[in-house]
Amino acid sequence: MNIISAQNVFFNYENSDKNIDILNNINLNIEQGEFVSILGHNGCGKSTLAKHLNGILSPTKGDVFIKNISTKDIEKSLYIKQLVGMVFQNPDNQLVATIVEEDVAFALENLGVPLEDMKKRVDKAIETVGMSDYKKHGVHQLSGGQKQRVAIAGILAMNPECIVLDEPTAMLDPSGRKEVMKTIIDLNNNHKKTIILITHYMEEAVLSKRVILMDKGKIISDNSPRDTFSNIELIKSIGLDLPQATELIYNLNKKHSLNFPNNILFEDECVEFLFNLLKKEL
Amino acid sequence: MIKDITIGQYFPGESFIHKLDPRNKFFLTMIYMITIFISQNLYSFIFVILNIIFLYKISHIKFIMALKSLKHIIPIIIFTAILNIFFIDGNILFSFGFLKITDMGINLAILMSFRVACLIISSSLLTYTTSPVVLSNGIENILNPLKKIKVPAHEISMMMTIAIRFIPTLIDEADKIIVAQKSRGANFETGNIISRAKAMIPILIPLFVSAFRRAEELALALECRCYNGGEGRTKFIQLKYTYRDFFALLFSLLSLIIVIFINFI
Repeated sequence: MNIISAQNVFFNYENSDKNIDILNNINLNIEQGEFVSILGHNGCGKSTLAKHLNGILSPTKGDVFIKNISTKDIEKSLYIKQLVGMVFQNPDNQLVATIVEEDVAFALENLGVPLEDMKKRVDKAIETVGMSDYKKHGVHQLSGGQKQRVAIAGILAMNPECIVLDEPTAMLDPSGRKEVMKTIIDLNNNHKKTIILITHYMEEAVLSKRVILMDKGKIISDNSPRDTFSNIELIKSIGLDLPQATELIYNLNKKHSLNFPNNILFEDECVEFLFNLLKKEL
Repeated sequence: MIKDITIGQYFPGESFIHKLDPRNKFFLTMIYMITIFISQNLYSFIFVILNIIFLYKISHIKFIMALKSLKHIIPIIIFTAILNIFFIDGNILFSFGFLKITDMGINLAILMSFRVACLIISSSLLTYTTSPVVLSNGIENILNPLKKIKVPAHEISMMMTIAIRFIPTLIDEADKIIVAQKSRGANFETGNIISRAKAMIPILIPLFVSAFRRAEELALALECRCYNGGEGRTKFIQLKYTYRDFFALLFSLLSLIIVIFINFI
């Protein structure tokens, strides 16, 4: 079943002097339990698209449906925001309260959840992101990765079916990035949450099961990571990088006119491939 | 450099004072303020100071730290002292033209500086021992009856929570901006007051811009977490009076009465 369905979505800001559509005829269906990543250059409209997915912005033309409810339906807007949670780039700007568990409880307070129920849901959400030891800590004492996990827990407490993450790792150091990615993958695998990950790290995109490429407000490719990244010319043409392993093979091919497969995504795969190659030679 | 301002900061703990109800703590702070203001002589001041040291002791917060944070208030204290020295009538000790210093003036200046210092130290204890969220919850609760006359109790407490939450974030940011401007040759340490104040502009402008940007993102994040104003909200933190609050109230009232008695000595 489709949890999110965008139909002929156009969007532009009314008072902008340039009359360019930031979103230009987007059609997108996302099924329950999918792990989708959205890639694109800065200003390609990927964040704008994300904001359409839980009704923060509504399309100037076309419709976005969340479980068959239009995001234009103002009476259902709270319900939609509960169904589709959103995590932003800067963890510092999303945390409202000073103590971890108080922050995670914030959404539940807003929804008027009774205290007993609230405590259970807060504990569960904090446990899911692996922050149980830090329940009573102040948020300003945490590292970037931990803060971002608390932000995810704050969304998770609402029990959404889908979580949209808008470049959640862009402001983090490599170890924080790893923590957050691990949490995201765990949410998808073990908690059956639909994940939409907006990123510009190719290493993160290859971990998803479906990659959507955007350029100038349009979806230009919607495919599995392997098929997406084997279309190297397309990726390069919209100014994106390749995953490192793919880049290596691509450069080998180009410089020495070799014919190695161009669908290698992960480091391990690349190592395995080169090892087998060398073994044959020896 | 900005980081060592501890006023308004919260130090988590499990002490007797930490566990008091915030509404009660507000009330107790008021009682202490009254106590400090009515103490007239040396003995009552010694009593008040010992009393405050005792409170710091049982709340496991270092008294020295409170004293250190006083150094940022020194200008205010000096200002009150100067006002008192010059504008109180009494037996003239020195006089320069229209300015005269009287014995009563000096007396009151010392008294007032002590009072201001004690006031700040004692009321700092409120924020040192109360989590900001609990504190603003307490304020909301106290203001709740005023909702009938359209006092936005929830909004006030929400604003406080967010403001307090962003203090450390913005301090970090300010430190970064200062370092960045210094590395481009900005000079904050020399020159007279006016040129130093002018030197603050390149810190304040980026800080404001980033604060607004943060506010915008925070507003989005609040919206995504179904924030819809105060209507129909439940509270994660429940406020409850316990036997502790009763004892604390008794203790502070007793201190007040003792000070009144000492004043007659």
